Amino acid sequence: MAETETATNMREIAYREAVREALAEEIERDENVVIMGEEVAQYNGAYKVTEGLWKKYGDKRVVDTPISEAGFIGMGIGASMLGIRPVMELMFFSFAYVAWDQIVNNAATIRYMSGGLINIPIVIRGPANAGTNVGSTHSHTPENLFANFPGLKVVCPATPYDAKGLMKTAIRDNDPVYVLENTLLYGLKGPVPEEEYTIPLGLAEVKREGTDLTIVAHGRAVLSSLKAAEILEAEHELSVEVVDLRSIRPLDEETILNSVRKTNHALYVEETKPFCGVGAQISHLIQSQAFDYLDAPVARLSAIDAPAIYSDPLEKIQLPNPQRIIQVALGMF
Amino acid sequence: MPGMPFRIQHPTLYKRIVVSHNSVLCLGPSAGVGPSIDRKRVSSFAPSIVSPKSKTKSKKSSASEEPEDFQEDIDLKAFQDHRVNKRLTAEEKLDLYTLMVRIRRFEERAVRGYQQGKIGGFLHDYIGQESVAAGSIPLMEGEDQMITAYRDHGQALAVGMSMKECMAELYGRHTGCSKGKGGSMHFFAPDKHYWGGHGIVGGQTPLGAGLAYALKYRGIKACALCFLGDGAVNQGAFHESLNLAQLFELPVVYIIENNGYSMGTSQDRSSTYVDCLAKRAEGYNMAWDYGNGHLLYEVRARVLEAMERARKKSLPTLLELKTYRYRGHSIADANFEKYRTKEEIKRIRETLDPIMVFQNLLIEEGLLDEDKVKEIDKAARQEALEAAEFADQSPYPPEEEIVTDVYWTTDNPGKHDNQGRIFFND
Ligand SMILES: Cc1ncc(C[n+]2csc(CCOP(=O)(O)OP(=O)(O)O)c2C)c(N)n1
Ligand SMILES: [Mg+2]
Repeated sequence: MAETETATNMREIAYREAVREALAEEIERDENVVIMGEEVAQYNGAYKVTEGLWKKYGDKRVVDTPISEAGFIGMGIGASMLGIRPVMELMFFSFAYVAWDQIVNNAATIRYMSGGLINIPIVIRGPANAGTNVGSTHSHTPENLFANFPGLKVVCPATPYDAKGLMKTAIRDNDPVYVLENTLLYGLKGPVPEEEYTIPLGLAEVKREGTDLTIVAHGRAVLSSLKAAEILEAEHELSVEVVDLRSIRPLDEETILNSVRKTNHALYVEETKPFCGVGAQISHLIQSQAFDYLDAPVARLSAIDAPAIYSDPLEKIQLPNPQRIIQVALGMF
Repeated sequence: MPGMPFRIQHPTLYKRIVVSHNSVLCLGPSAGVGPSIDRKRVSSFAPSIVSPKSKTKSKKSSASEEPEDFQEDIDLKAFQDHRVNKRLTAEEKLDLYTLMVRIRRFEERAVRGYQQGKIGGFLHDYIGQESVAAGSIPLMEGEDQMITAYRDHGQALAVGMSMKECMAELYGRHTGCSKGKGGSMHFFAPDKHYWGGHGIVGGQTPLGAGLAYALKYRGIKACALCFLGDGAVNQGAFHESLNLAQLFELPVVYIIENNGYSMGTSQDRSSTYVDCLAKRAEGYNMAWDYGNGHLLYEVRARVLEAMERARKKSLPTLLELKTYRYRGHSIADANFEKYRTKEEIKRIRETLDPIMVFQNLLIEEGLLDEDKVKEIDKAARQEALEAAEFADQSPYPPEEEIVTDVYWTTDNPGKHDNQGRIFFND
């Protein structure tokens, strides 16, 4: 199995290239797919995710919009009702709030309120992370907010492989899917097959196997957790399993619970804020479904609960890093 | 006739819209700036009412002050000879009249249902504004689409939704157009190109641009009508939509149903404007027009011009139609006679009621007489009564319906390799 997988034509590409490949392939596959957003076309994307797409696919498929998030996202939602599949780029998900009504009201409720007569097959994608030294307004991590709205799907890929596979599925999905990327990961390289593949939404992945502790995480926190797991194993003889949610809604409960039942210890790591965060939901899940398996209370490590700080060294402390993960993990035993 | 889908088809129009426009669509601004259009008011018609004088909001008008345009002389027969009206057959005219009567009787029956405690929440009735929906929506043809705000019952009947499905929706029943999941403000009938029914003031305006975007993207020569209120014109999303509509040259017609008030706030207390609200379009280099929405013939003429601009040239229009609601903003509006005078309501009702005005015209044209008026009215009342009975006898949606229609994926098991849990009901 593993052999054939490595034998497929894997190559190392960056996260942003993986997303770009997904966009390009879906543009070619489905004539209804259109990329829209600020600077996505002629400027090649604020973070170069869409680089080259406009040149290759032209004005109809890759469309620059004015700085009107409510307007153009609402327009995308309206177009999607008639079967267009707009993939809207938010330059930052921090800008989602000016389009909040469109994003969480219209996109999330129209299918429901129409008694299932109307679908909203829209994708909204873009970076949603802190840690880039840009201050609070540009450092929001709203995955928990979106996931609170029935009708929406929320995906947070951590690797190039996941980014591509999940993006393609998101575009083909008939419901609104919000793909939260990360500027700190755009340059990160990882193996991605040459061949076409998709990853189902709602399927977590065990990114590292272990027996003593389950760390569940999403987004970039997965990578910090993997680093911490290495150190915990090497220096503290702790065997850590890392479960990457990949998709927050739909949520793969089974993979989380199976792992916790095996390790009897659960730690949630996330870069979003703790209060009403994703970790709160997951710890509720674990205590309600696997209480008898737990040897310690479910632990949780989130960003320090304050607006994102600007000052570089402190910003690094505010987000969970491997050192802090190790500290919390050791405290559980 | 009552109960039947209402859509007047005008075969002649099909010929007219096959005027070539660029079918290789370049929608982005990268396609270059659109041809500059006449920034002036685009209508070629003499106005039947003079728009109110320039108001840059120096003073706050009190509730007792009346909108100035109601003080002007009005030609009730204006646009009778416009081609869009001249081509109407006697039967089509009677259908339009009947539609307005049906809307009114439906709304009155709904109000009664509310008073009986059968309908909850908000109920925004369309009484007084019937000519706007009846004047515009029957002009839709082919792939034309429409979308509106929460005052959506008139438009629903105009696209051909039945009184029964509409009333049942108000009653929260499973037989409602949205299975009882939407309510008064959220009617939908995509098969009739009716995309809602939207409860957030101005929230539907980007969607309207999106409908037009989809038409243009697919190379379909058709237009989208997007209705909004005079209060909605102050929403940011609406202004973003106007800019997008002109920038991308979208075939959308924004129709401001200016009934003078947004809840209890008069136009003058909510908006600064020059001459009228639609003139704001000039800031977006967009065609605009202003007209008397009480007069069915005038509505048809002005809306048709805007629709033709959209269909033929793929250009948007902002069209303001002056209209009036007699009752409260919503049925729960106990103050509806406080932010305006009783005399104002009475005078408009007596001079400009859209049904009365059109009825008089048809009587003059020899198409209606007292008996026929009574007959149409009786049928409409009966249809509304039957709709209420149907609604009353219909079941509520079963409990399982709470979690259906949320995701396409969950409603279509097996068609999707989705594996996770998307409902959290513990
Ligand atoms: C964003 C938002 N703000 C406020 C409201 C409450 N509200 C509903 S209707 C309305 C008045 C709108 O008036 P107008 O646009 O003139 O439409 P009309 O009711 O006259 O048809 C208000 C304030 C709302 N539904 N949505
Ligand atoms: Mg109003």
